[in-house]
Amino acid sequence: MKRVYVNEEWCLGCHLCEYNCAFANSGISDMVKALKGKQIFPRITVDGDDKINFAVSCRHCQDPICVKSCISGALHKVDGRICVDTDKCVGCLTCILVCPYGALSVSEHGTVQKCELCIENSVSGPACVAGCPNKAIVYEER
Amino acid sequence: MKQYVIIGNGIAAAGCIEGIRSKDKNGSITVVSKENHPVYCRPLISYYLEGKTSLDHINYRPDDFYKVNNCDVIYNKTADKIDTVNKTVKLSDGTELHYTTLCIATGSSPFTPQFKGIENVKHRFSFISLDDALEIEKVITKESKVLIVGAGLIGLKCAEGLHNRVAKITVCDLSDMILSSILDKDTSPIIEKHLKDIGIELLLSDSVDYFEDGKAVMKSKKVVDFDILITAVGVRPNISLVSDANGKVNRGILIDEHMKTSLDDIYAAGDCTEGYDASLKSDRVLALLPNAYMQGFTAGVNMASGSAVFDNAIPMNSIGLFGYHVMTAGSYISGNDSSLTDTQMEDTSAKKFFVDDGVLKGYIFINETEKAGIFTSLIRNQVPLDTINFELLKNIPTFTAFSEKKRRKQFGGVV
Repeated sequence: MKRVYVNEEWCLGCHLCEYNCAFANSGISDMVKALKGKQIFPRITVDGDDKINFAVSCRHCQDPICVKSCISGALHKVDGRICVDTDKCVGCLTCILVCPYGALSVSEHGTVQKCELCIENSVSGPACVAGCPNKAIVYEER
Repeated sequence: MKQYVIIGNGIAAAGCIEGIRSKDKNGSITVVSKENHPVYCRPLISYYLEGKTSLDHINYRPDDFYKVNNCDVIYNKTADKIDTVNKTVKLSDGTELHYTTLCIATGSSPFTPQFKGIENVKHRFSFISLDDALEIEKVITKESKVLIVGAGLIGLKCAEGLHNRVAKITVCDLSDMILSSILDKDTSPIIEKHLKDIGIELLLSDSVDYFEDGKAVMKSKKVVDFDILITAVGVRPNISLVSDANGKVNRGILIDEHMKTSLDDIYAAGDCTEGYDASLKSDRVLALLPNAYMQGFTAGVNMASGSAVFDNAIPMNSIGLFGYHVMTAGSYISGNDSSLTDTQMEDTSAKKFFVDDGVLKGYIFINETEKAGIFTSLIRNQVPLDTINFELLKNIPTFTAFSEKKRRKQFGGVV
């Protein structure tokens, strides 16, 4: 299965992936209208320090502890992807409690959000990958 | 063809079904359900009262779950007795079910305190089932005054669920602090203050002496006027099926890392069990939904002749209360020569770490939830803290605290 990976030696720490992610999942077709002056809620975040940077997003684990721990049945697997049913999520954050990768976060609506590989939104393929200026983030089989 | 029987229809049973079907698509599965509902998300009953979920959303799995997994569910029946020689289970209506392997997932029952006069309280409830929530919903009005006995997870979530639907809520507890199973003296005052600010009346170090004429007279002599009583003083694992069959029990049904009981071909999972706590390094009842699922799944795989082990269970909780959020994990080991605690306190937030023998044993976070799973994972896997930059991590949940090699494995490969 293709997943999003980051090659940390190439990550510039520019945070463009965060903006592209927030835009891709905003449901708004104009990037300025989607993001300008707003707090963004990206599903990928750039971690790092003054020496090294790397983007962190869902690993789509083969044995996902978030799905097994979800108290509302909202987190589920679709063809290997881990997805969240936001109608079922109650924002208990048990998934954040258990994810060793820190890959889930709270959305602007109080439910959790995570990378779903840009399959259900209007973008064809992960927006973080498409917009990465140094090709540090890749979408491939490993 | 194997005949699988599962006693109980909660989260552990759902995990067991999925575990069995991951290995065996053909064996028959029969589920005995005491409650007249398909498997639902038990911790969501407070969210139901609060209006954050509905009867359409509260089910744990899609409507076709049992059909897709080819399960027969027998509703409104309980199992009365296991015959381990003939490998049968006798149900409450007298029917007998034969099993090849059996899973006990009977959960727990609320403990009802025996206060004087409680039998005359007209509206009194426990709060652990969907039916409890539905019955409570029938009697509450905007004028209701609710007394909740027990300021633990169940009692306080109940208070949250009812808060906007009733006039007054009083919560009492014998303990001098709230959430005594997951917080400590340093951290509980933050939540206590928040609850008081919201308008919940808290009576700590106090309990009901007796009930009389719609009033509760407390041990402190204070009189609480109420019309709905909710008792939330704790639960007891349902162990009798196994103990009656001479299987090993303590507080819960004793299981090994395969979820096997001391009885041949009988497994157990969920709140009825007592298993190994990897943070405490001893057995205890870990009545938590994630553990119930993982135990159930493990039992199911092993029942279907697979090989699965679940040996890193730890206590953990994520609980929202009126906009505040508490996350806790592990065991709060302190006071040993080898242990140390690290506390970062603010007015409305806190982080407290419990370290022993160079590994993280537990933590308490209030309103500090970001990437908390990094810490939970350190506890679950008992990671030696000298292999990471824990001083950095305590302040910022960042993966720069880990070695490059570890990071490459986590973010560069299939996990």
